[in-house]
Amino acid sequence: MTVALSLVDVHKSFGATKIIRGVSLDIESGERHAIIGPNGAGKSTLFHLTSGRIRPTSGDVLLHGERITGLQPFEINRRGLSRSFQITNIFPKLSVYENLRCATLWSLGHKYAFWRSIDRLRDVRERSQWLMQQIGLTARRDVPAGVLTYAEQRALEIGVTIGGGADVVMLDEPTAGMNNSETEQAVALIRKVTEGKTLVMVEHDMSVVFNLADRISVLVYGQIIATDTPDRIRENAEVREAYLGQVSQQ
Amino acid sequence: MISAVRFLAPWVAMAVLFAVAPHVFVSGSALTMMSVMGTMIIFALSYNVLLGQTGLLSFGHAVYYGLGGFVAIHVMNAVIHAKLGVPVVIIPLVGGLAGLGFGFLFGLVSTKKAGIVFSMISLGIGELVSSSSFILRTFFGGEEGITTNRSALAPLFGHKFGPQIEVYYLIAAWCFLSIVAMYALTRTPFGRMCNAVRDNPERVEFVGYSPRVLRMISFCFAAFFAGIAGGLTAINFEIMNSEQLAADQSSLALFMAYIGGVSSFTGPIVGAVIVTFLQITLSDVSSVWQLYFGLMFIGVVLYAPDGVVGWVKLHQQAALRGQLWRLAPSYALVAPAFAAACVGAIMLIELANRQFQLVQSEGSAIRLFGVNLDAATAPPWIVAVLLFGVGVVAIRLLWPRIGDAWGAVNERLHSRDPA
Repeated sequence: MTVALSLVDVHKSFGATKIIRGVSLDIESGERHAIIGPNGAGKSTLFHLTSGRIRPTSGDVLLHGERITGLQPFEINRRGLSRSFQITNIFPKLSVYENLRCATLWSLGHKYAFWRSIDRLRDVRERSQWLMQQIGLTARRDVPAGVLTYAEQRALEIGVTIGGGADVVMLDEPTAGMNNSETEQAVALIRKVTEGKTLVMVEHDMSVVFNLADRISVLVYGQIIATDTPDRIRENAEVREAYLGQVSQQ
Repeated sequence: MISAVRFLAPWVAMAVLFAVAPHVFVSGSALTMMSVMGTMIIFALSYNVLLGQTGLLSFGHAVYYGLGGFVAIHVMNAVIHAKLGVPVVIIPLVGGLAGLGFGFLFGLVSTKKAGIVFSMISLGIGELVSSSSFILRTFFGGEEGITTNRSALAPLFGHKFGPQIEVYYLIAAWCFLSIVAMYALTRTPFGRMCNAVRDNPERVEFVGYSPRVLRMISFCFAAFFAGIAGGLTAINFEIMNSEQLAADQSSLALFMAYIGGVSSFTGPIVGAVIVTFLQITLSDVSSVWQLYFGLMFIGVVLYAPDGVVGWVKLHQQAALRGQLWRLAPSYALVAPAFAAACVGAIMLIELANRQFQLVQSEGSAIRLFGVNLDAATAPPWIVAVLLFGVGVVAIRLLWPRIGDAWGAVNERLHSRDPA
């Protein structure tokens, strides 16, 4: 197996507060990897460090063996890593179709083209329509993203994330705030659209995690205490104590 | 075929409108006004490339308009001096390229950040350039400005562009081209990504785009078209002075775009026409016309944030669904109150203007709405206060009816929407 994404002894401090304290993790090409851990463990920070939103204090991030530490988010995105956000982060005034179209443009090589009509770009149109179909929002094509229902916005968030065809997809709590049937649909959607891709996800819903993930990493106080298959994680005593135990007590 | 007709129809209509306008409004003053309108349409639209399309609020857009105009006027003088065969029709392009050059230069500094930082830097650059216009006198011509003679340039097909009508058509042609170009720009990958960076600059970075590069290109385009407008102004007035690149001219761009409506492409066009018309006509009627102008701007910002075009579109929507009759009664009730408040306000402003003006040489007699009044006596003041007070109170009491009527209309509009 080749390694798609690799974190090497990554540290992040905000002032004197150490949020990430030496994380090393290899994520294999094509695997579905979930990162779990209690609130404040640093899961979202780890996402930000990997996707370029913030720079690590020390350590390295490698994408397909290439160093991406400290690059701008758009540079990392162009190298084939795309992420979603925990709090829906789309283009509220643009329609569903326009949101998806924005997500495809760079990867299809249209860059900053100001000399071509966007409506005549067949590749963009076809890919946007395909994406719209994938996330089940074809009927909502011209609705401004800001007025969609919450579950629809979450689906669009995933659509925008995968729009550029990145082979490493990172989803930050894709089912947060959803009811059971919405969660089921979201899991099916994630399974479908990340087929053949590398998926890294942060998730709180344990049924989603154990259902979807090939491997799980447990992050506690800025350190990964275990990385293993779902079955073994379930049996791991340290994990039970640190995390799963707390969940069952709630 | 039908879609092509539908697409071309508004453009053909606009071209025809531009062509026949001087034959409908034949007076000399109308021709002058329409010439100014043409340049202001380009200026306002160029401003909206920043504000409406990319979400950048600039307080220094006149820098590129003014510098474009100054470079154009110097090039015209150089061409005349060297007796080159350059016709006046391509001078606006010189202005545009000058605007583009300065836009690139200042854009490097100002597009680093969006939001308040961008606005503050634009204000700073505006002040910098307008204050340097009093230092670099050879270029900016000091108080008098720089003059030229457009008809001294090489003729094109026998036209020397001396008569105003020829200048009007020159402006109209450039205006048409600029409108088409700026509209086309909104329909390109770049244009759409500008909208995206306006809505959510952070997410843009995570779909592969650099918000800074998008802002920079947008800034250059805005400066280019502002420069074209400046070049046309140089040709139209045959003079450029430092006022043309000062803060007042920058706020004019903001006023025009906002009053017309920044959220639609046509908004700034309508805004430029309205504002130019009011500027020229109001200044004949009242010496404090800027005050009315400010009040109107505040009114639009508060009650019609999408400008005149947004307001019209809203009512058009209601009309298309046959719902306008629901609004009519409440509007009819509020209209007299609104009129009374306006008349009262105008009377108060004009009476105060006459009575408390520093120059009292004209005396206290004043003619308002066709009635001769004496601002030194009490009755006109009492009438004014009564009209204004009663009007305002009546509007406040009747306003909820408009809200209710719109509530009913919106209910109908949305219930017919396929959810």
